Amino acid sequence: MRDGYDVLVVGAGPAGLAAAAAAAGHGARVGLIDAQAGAGGQVWRREVARTGPALARRGIAAALGHPGVAWLPQTQVVGAEAGALLVEDPQGGRWLGYRALVLAAGARELLLPFPGWTLPGVTGAGGLQALAKQGWPLRGCRVVIAGSGPLLLAAAVTARRHGAELLGVYEQAGGEHLRRFARGLWRWPGKAAQAAWMRARLAGVPYRCGSVVRRASGEARVQAVEVDGPHGLQRIACDLLAVGYGLLPNVELARLLGCALRQSGAHPCVDTDSRQRTSVEGIYAAGELCGIGGRDSARLEGAIAGHAAAGDDAGAARLQRPRRHARRFAERLDRHFALDPRVRALAEADTVICRCEDVPLSALDGHADARSARLATRCGMGACQGRICGGALAELGRFPRDGSRPPLFPARLSTLAADPVSFRDP
Amino acid sequence: MSAPVRLQINGHGVEVPPGTSVAAAIARLGLPFRRSVQGHWRAPLCGIGVCFECRVRIDGLAQQRACMLPVREGMQVWTDA
Amino acid sequence: MKSYDLIVVGAGIVGAACADCASEAGLRVALVEPGPIGGGATAAAMGHLVAMDDDPAELALARYSLGLWQAMADLPQAEYRRCGTLWVAASEEDRARIPAKLARLDAAGVAARAVDARELYRLEPALVAGLAGGLLVPADAVVFPPAVARHLVERALRRGTAFYRSGASHIGAAAGVRLHDHSELSGPVLVATGCALPQLLPGLPLRPRKGHLAITDRYPGTVHHQVLELGYADSAHGEADSSVAFNVQPRPTGQILIGSSREYGATTPEVSLPMVRRMLQRAFRFMPVLRQLDALRLWTGFRPVSADGQPYLGRVAGRRDVWVAAGHEGLGITTSLGSARLVVDLVLGRRPAIDPQPYDPARVAR
Repeated sequence: MRDGYDVLVVGAGPAGLAAAAAAAGHGARVGLIDAQAGAGGQVWRREVARTGPALARRGIAAALGHPGVAWLPQTQVVGAEAGALLVEDPQGGRWLGYRALVLAAGARELLLPFPGWTLPGVTGAGGLQALAKQGWPLRGCRVVIAGSGPLLLAAAVTARRHGAELLGVYEQAGGEHLRRFARGLWRWPGKAAQAAWMRARLAGVPYRCGSVVRRASGEARVQAVEVDGPHGLQRIACDLLAVGYGLLPNVELARLLGCALRQSGAHPCVDTDSRQRTSVEGIYAAGELCGIGGRDSARLEGAIAGHAAAGDDAGAARLQRPRRHARRFAERLDRHFALDPRVRALAEADTVICRCEDVPLSALDGHADARSARLATRCGMGACQGRICGGALAELGRFPRDGSRPPLFPARLSTLAADPVSFRDP
Repeated sequence: MSAPVRLQINGHGVEVPPGTSVAAAIARLGLPFRRSVQGHWRAPLCGIGVCFECRVRIDGLAQQRACMLPVREGMQVWTDA
Repeated sequence: MKSYDLIVVGAGIVGAACADCASEAGLRVALVEPGPIGGGATAAAMGHLVAMDDDPAELALARYSLGLWQAMADLPQAEYRRCGTLWVAASEEDRARIPAKLARLDAAGVAARAVDARELYRLEPALVAGLAGGLLVPADAVVFPPAVARHLVERALRRGTAFYRSGASHIGAAAGVRLHDHSELSGPVLVATGCALPQLLPGLPLRPRKGHLAITDRYPGTVHHQVLELGYADSAHGEADSSVAFNVQPRPTGQILIGSSREYGATTPEVSLPMVRRMLQRAFRFMPVLRQLDALRLWTGFRPVSADGQPYLGRVAGRRDVWVAAGHEGLGITTSLGSARLVVDLVLGRRPAIDPQPYDPARVAR
């Protein structure tokens, strides 16, 4: 038996924070790790020189302020053995043992290839928001935001607050879909209020439905984009294009641990029961990892997982109803922001798919699976380990990503050689 | 407000607020990040450490993700410029 | 039933080379492979073209093959690079092995020279201080094996080779194979299925020997030669259940490939972190700078090990029209081209360029 935490939580977004706080509330010794320097995940990412919203501050304080929680930032999970994770932090590699594990690794953006998407100045929508919050300069910058989902509005609000000149938000979903979505929002008053708040902050910014960015162009960086909307093609000169097509779950660690996955659309997510238990004894999963559901279901599932991991089934049972309500919101999102087929047809034969190895779409013709493509073209062999191109190729209907292997992220060789015996914790 | 952090990027001194990422500090100077394997310019895409497009050399260590690291006093950063 | 002059089963680099060679000789060839071309040990291998000299038969086949590899030197997708092999001596004891090794290589016509400590660090500045010297084989090279396998298959296909994307389930009593889809092909059969050999030819003993490799991000200029410890052969040829040796390779991309491990009895492809740990700790002893480099990937593969370490090349004892080219252990990339030429010569009744007797499968018939 290795020394370690009673409950180890991977990911310090809303789900992981709630899990850590709930488990620690039962007296468990909790380790909370995240690859980022700050807690909050993407949705509660702290801005340079600015305090976060009250809900985020409370969520972070409830976990990080609890004496039973050890907060381990800048800690990336690299590998796993039974009952322990191999992690890397700025000091090096070490093993963290656990009795129960809560996976709350969240999601990343679905970034789909189109001509010009590799130009500097083209980012994800959430990507732009994350960069802006890190202090990326946007004052006076002409920004086009495009793609799909509520994240576009959130990114636009952040960009505007940082002084960007917003030229427009282009949503691929059609207007009728969005009107139906809006009509049903009253059942989630918090969401409705949030939407109204964002729209107020975006007064004067064009919001166009049924519109897709077909192309970005420019010399050394993006200078213009071509938008295909209900009224035809439009060319817009800009300094930045932020485009994201929603989120996909970060299942890599769950897959390495052998947790059963299920398909949600083109992408896998972790299968859990109502107590957030995965198919592997002692391993729980919560939040976006279990299917994109947003902040509210993440917080509730995190708390359920935290209670369950600490052995409090009653606590986990109490939160079932609100969780189901929050999940229903996600199902609506999925339905109303479903991708228009033309989004999957933007990449041309010479459009780079694998950005790490500069592999164009045409090179992948004739390959039936990711491994065969990798061996022949290097597609997915680079530093992102296929996270960007793999998600895109699955969405494009080419082939799914294949299995997980350590290192789950590029890691120093010294980390992979870390001795499990000499790093007992805590 | 706490004092700004001073670092060097491609030999240029720059001062930024604490908590700023190395990626944002590079962008403030308007410097390019990296060249792809075929020699094309690339810059941050995802902003959260997934895409690896923002890799630079930090304190002698190549291939570090600039978006994942807050600036530190005296940091030496080199991009592909 | 389709009939062929030769049915090659398996499109790893050995089978691919056999199909290439046989089609070049004008035979009507069928190539049978259910998976990706070069998707087994070929894809997992380092791709080091090396004159291994621990055994005369092994060296003869390697030497013959290395000559044939020259024809691939200008093929862009082969990523052929003549970086040379630098064998390093960790101790005076290691260094004492150098003269005999030089003599063996010289006898086989492989150019090599001893390197003193000063030159060692000029050649590879990243090596740990205090090494005793080494031995340089300048003509050794590295390639990207699965790309070479695909090239060989494409060349065979252009000459009319028929490709069957299926596995072979059974070799007929006379000749020919039955495929998984129940279709049958008739003609002489050449089995080149590597670790899967016993499924078709259970009479030829073969054990899988698992290996691990790591590859780094791009750090051009860190390593210049394929660098191995002189004790490598102790790991390669020892009978220990598991062993590791220092073995690094500069890829043309600037990435560094790091090996090596050997394990009997491990049959699942999962990466074993304890084995990776041993392998890397060994590598750090020779090249400490590796510690701080980022690894992008780890993977495993299985070397097909014959009963006595030599490949099985030739007619299967007691079978008129069944041939084999398999069991190359860790030297299958290096010796693929020579093995194919030798077997196809035997199939055609031509006299091979080197003595085929040491590789004759009849030696282990049971």
